[in-house]
Amino acid sequence: MKWLDDNALERLRAAAELPDLGGTRYQVLGRLGHGGMGSVYRVADGVLGREVALKVIAFPDRDGGFADRLVREARILAQLEHPGIVPVHDAGTLPDGRVFYTMKLVNGQRIDEHVQRLAALNEKLRLFQRICEPVAFAHAHGVLHRDLKPQNIMVGPFGEVLVMDWGLSKVIADDALAIPNADSASPGESTTGHGAVLGTPGYMSPEQARGEAATLDRRSDIFSLGAILKGLLDDVEVPIPRRLRAIASKCLESDRTQRYNSVEELAQDIANYLDGLQVKAHPEGPVARLGRWMVKNQAWLLLILAYLVMRTLFIVWKNR
Amino acid sequence: MNKVWLGLLIGGALGVVDGLTAWFYPAVRSQLLGIVIGSTIKGLIAGVLIGYFARKVKSLALGIIFGLGVGLLLAYAVAAMPDPSGKHYYFEIMIPGGIVGMIVGYATQRFGTGVLQTR
Repeated sequence: MKWLDDNALERLRAAAELPDLGGTRYQVLGRLGHGGMGSVYRVADGVLGREVALKVIAFPDRDGGFADRLVREARILAQLEHPGIVPVHDAGTLPDGRVFYTMKLVNGQRIDEHVQRLAALNEKLRLFQRICEPVAFAHAHGVLHRDLKPQNIMVGPFGEVLVMDWGLSKVIADDALAIPNADSASPGESTTGHGAVLGTPGYMSPEQARGEAATLDRRSDIFSLGAILKGLLDDVEVPIPRRLRAIASKCLESDRTQRYNSVEELAQDIANYLDGLQVKAHPEGPVARLGRWMVKNQAWLLLILAYLVMRTLFIVWKNR
Repeated sequence: MNKVWLGLLIGGALGVVDGLTAWFYPAVRSQLLGIVIGSTIKGLIAGVLIGYFARKVKSLALGIIFGLGVGLLLAYAVAAMPDPSGKHYYFEIMIPGGIVGMIVGYATQRFGTGVLQTR
């Protein structure tokens, strides 16, 4: 005999997971989502009179591993001050003992939903460039995201792009932020305590999927960016130019030494493509370069050609 | 370079080149200097007008259409003046004038800055 249906069970589970915000400045307004480590709630900040997002561990954390990871994530985010990275407002421990942090509430759309409204290929590429900026910034500060995917990228109401969910982020040795134990998952740890590989299939690099967490570098995020770029291009109805396909393929090389060395390099290739310039991913000979220059300047060339043809015809006609 | 100066420069340069093509017409070769000066002035006026339009309106298509209109209009004003034998050269002057206007319209929309630089 079935006592409760699935909906009722889900409601009970959600109610049981609700964070105890008694005595704090926050009041729960609703749940925004949940992941492997915790849940994110829309909460009202009673002191500042605004709504923010509150991330909290979703279940009892006996060994404190998830709590440490959430604190590290908050610390990493707090130090990565960039318009494309969601800012952290507050962090602490709730009366029920769970660790939390609050961040800006992004009232936007996931990038894969947002791009449905964009018809032009170039618009999608300009959006992609804006994803590269915060990732490049994080890399410059020695932080890898390690879970870049459309679900973690939001586009705000003014077209601003925000990279979210740095729960799997890792501080790499060079240019590292000054955060103690700043790896959200310790070096060498390829799986979580629950046995799951860190990352998302389809977006994580082959080396990340093999569990080589200790040796991951920025080229792993470049692979994920390539998967996102490929996803953006898949929705385009026009044939994708070979140079653009080459850019995505270079990001998605299984051998990381064949990928771009940095996100700046990738972003530069996208910018070069948009400007009709040569891209690093697709070397060209002089004929191909001339052809591309002519396509880029075709209106200009056609007008000059029309003028010359017309002038020649008049001269021939008048002097015959 | 701002769009008005760019229009002036390209309009003037194309005006000179367009005027020099009169050398290929033996019937008017003797009036080459006057034709070049007139064509240059026409190009400069067209360049300023088209460049000013480009500062106000950001549209490649409208820029080219406006350039065509200005080029044709100014070329018509020149072509309406007959040569010493009383002949008019409407086609020979207006069609190149229109295309030159389109080239200037294209260039001022595509290149140049939108604001006048004071220094």
